[in-house]
Amino acid sequence: MKFNQLKPGILIACWLPLLWLLLDIILDNLGGNAVQAVHIRLGDWSLRFLCVVLAITPIQTMTNWRGMSEYRRMFGLFTFIYATLHLLAYLVLDHYLVWSIIATDILESSYIWFGIAAYLIILALAVTTPKWVVKLMGKDWKKLHRFIYFAAGAAIMHYFWQLKGNLAEPLFYLSIIILLLGFRMLVSFKNRVINRLMLPRGRR
Amino acid sequence: MIIKTKKTIPASEITDPHVFKERRKIIKALFALTAMGSGIAPVMAANKSRWADVPESSLSADLITTPSEIIENYTNYYEFSYNKHDSTKLAQHLPTDPWSVEISGEVEKSGTYYLEDILGQQALQEHIYRFRCVEAWSMVIPWVGFGLGDFLKKARPLSTAKFVKFTSVYQPEVMPRQKKDTLLEWPYSEGLRIDEAMHPLTLLAVGMYGDTMPKQNGAPLRLVVPWKYGFKSIKAIVKIELLKKAPNTSWNRFAPGEYGFYANVNPNVPHPRWSQNSERLLGSGFFTPRRETELFNGYGEQVAGLYKDMNLQHFF
Repeated sequence: MKFNQLKPGILIACWLPLLWLLLDIILDNLGGNAVQAVHIRLGDWSLRFLCVVLAITPIQTMTNWRGMSEYRRMFGLFTFIYATLHLLAYLVLDHYLVWSIIATDILESSYIWFGIAAYLIILALAVTTPKWVVKLMGKDWKKLHRFIYFAAGAAIMHYFWQLKGNLAEPLFYLSIIILLLGFRMLVSFKNRVINRLMLPRGRR
Repeated sequence: MIIKTKKTIPASEITDPHVFKERRKIIKALFALTAMGSGIAPVMAANKSRWADVPESSLSADLITTPSEIIENYTNYYEFSYNKHDSTKLAQHLPTDPWSVEISGEVEKSGTYYLEDILGQQALQEHIYRFRCVEAWSMVIPWVGFGLGDFLKKARPLSTAKFVKFTSVYQPEVMPRQKKDTLLEWPYSEGLRIDEAMHPLTLLAVGMYGDTMPKQNGAPLRLVVPWKYGFKSIKAIVKIELLKKAPNTSWNRFAPGEYGFYANVNPNVPHPRWSQNSERLLGSGFFTPRRETELFNGYGEQVAGLYKDMNLQHFF
């Protein structure tokens, strides 16, 4: 199967959650607290794209499908796009840029600190996306982009930390992240063992 | 005694109820046409309004009320579900007729009374109050009810009665979270100091918007304490006890560092994980800034005296 042929379709699919949200806004279909519903919808989609990004390497390892790494970039950018919309909704839709209230809200709400941490990491990863930046950064690029796991952790804490006790949703995302991270650690552990075994006896 | 507060919500903050209703009509028509699923399951109001003509309380604030459709479809009722949409649907299964309330403890006349008999003795009034949830959203609700103090006086509290404990109904057959015994200790219970309970603002509510109480909003009998966070205003009350000592309360027992016994609305005391400085007034649209939360939810003139010598940071 050639993934390149799917690209336009996948690109459109990535915009669908936003289209769906806009439709729900127009139809007044978001319930009594529409502002919060928008926050949750955009945050959820950013986290979902983040999970998809992290799933690509394990899927490639298991299926030998090549050419997926190209999509990692795209899904990564959509993680950033939905996270940015989530932030803008907070600042503009909810607070209408009343900075005095925003400042107090951020200062006193520790759950928001986790969200900011996640966003700053995702922002750094997004601005280092262009190919010439990748070249320029060399080995540092990979090091920087490993921070995506911290972004995932912070995003999930951001979710956990604002709930009163019903933790089902963040637990769901947490288990996915742990599964994906665990898979990578298992693979890297296996590779290390194999590499060691391949060395001549005296150098093991 | 007339205690009116002059603070009102600017009209610009709120969707005009007529506009809101018209918009919903159009949307419903659209849904009927397209047969699409809806995010809101509107609960149909009964045709006749039982208490349409009750007089308005002098304690009512001159505020624009939140559309009933929002109040009826945005409720925390953890006995049924953690999800506000599902709890509205599931709450319809709660049998509320007949209903009786037990009053006991430090009183001369303890006993169990049918709600209909209580209603015959109490003068109902409409009370338009602000309602502020600990989750940082708020509403303005036209409750129908009577003073808790008036009700307690009938049982003749003893001088040893220092606190009042309220207990919600225990019905695991229809309340899934009680059946699974999750999160809070069931049945839900709450408490007030006796002077808070006797305060004229404190209500036992039996309805809203001139009609009987929707089940998801705490039918048939709930507490309303407008200067405290919403979780203090316990729903579906079956037992009221007057006590010598402060009772355990549900959320306080679950997370004592997060939900205090007093739970007075206070913008200066943040929840450990989020600010209480501002609130989303439901019914206000996009691009409307949050409302700045007021100390005692705007009822400071009436209730600040109850907490005169107390450190509100400590007794949160």
